[in-house]
Amino acid sequence: MQITWRDLMTATHGMFFGGLFLMAVFGMVVLLAQSLGTRGELQRTQAALRWERVYLVVIVLLGWAAVLSGAYIVYPWYRALPPPGADLAGYPQRLLLSDPRTAGWHTLGMEWKEHVAWFAPMLITAAAWILIRFQSAGQEMRRVRITVAAFALTALLATAIAAGLGALIDKNAPVSGGSIIHLSRGAE
Amino acid sequence: MNATELRTEAAVRTGAAGAAILAASLGCCALGVLAVIGDASKSAARLLSFWKPTGPLSGVSTLAILIWLIAWFVLHRLWRDRDCALRKVSLAAGVLLAVAFLLTFPPFEDLLPGK
Repeated sequence: MQITWRDLMTATHGMFFGGLFLMAVFGMVVLLAQSLGTRGELQRTQAALRWERVYLVVIVLLGWAAVLSGAYIVYPWYRALPPPGADLAGYPQRLLLSDPRTAGWHTLGMEWKEHVAWFAPMLITAAAWILIRFQSAGQEMRRVRITVAAFALTALLATAIAAGLGALIDKNAPVSGGSIIHLSRGAE
Repeated sequence: MNATELRTEAAVRTGAAGAAILAASLGCCALGVLAVIGDASKSAARLLSFWKPTGPLSGVSTLAILIWLIAWFVLHRLWRDRDCALRKVSLAAGVLLAVAFLLTFPPFEDLLPGK
């Protein structure tokens, strides 16, 4: 069993950072919807408040890790220019553009994904900061929480677009190659 | 909202929250505008290529983050000790985010002059 370095980094970017971020933002939306649907004060212990803060900080870190690893580790491999006569399999952007049936995955898919993905960590950082700062304000800040919920939904949409397009682009032209990492020798 | 809720909301300053909301939306919109600029010409793309392997995306994202953080810092300093018109701020944030999504959507971007 083996994996290439680029496969590992692509999986870390998309499945670990991106996938966990998507799920965590969905959880944030559910928590906000729950708190908005509650009448009166939400009674929470100090430990619950502390865990909520940890959860929010982790979401923010996952969001930034997803976009930074995407832009500065995976994307340069995706857009690398091949030398003349090279096999395009190792150059995903050029491989997609070489065929009119797949060119749209770059011209629409990647062109949108590479920009829209950045909305999510900015919005979630602001949302998390507000929720932590006004954590004890509870229902008094109902209007703020409604806007924060809208922010979280927008971030969820941006992440879903980026993650969905990323997965489909990778199916058509995977970012692969680099040194091989042996995970196990298997049965000889 | 009843009178008690109105009183308690007034006791908690909403300015800091409004600053964070507006600044983040502004950052997203700036990213959309910069993405269009980066796509408009080869010289702009070259200028925005802060790190060659990532290309113009490196400049577009870095500048958008800087605009977001500076806007947040300035608005926070201005609004932190007072209430802001949250309804107006939320509306402005919604408009900025809608523009941001539109500007990054390639079919819309292609309709802009110069493409």
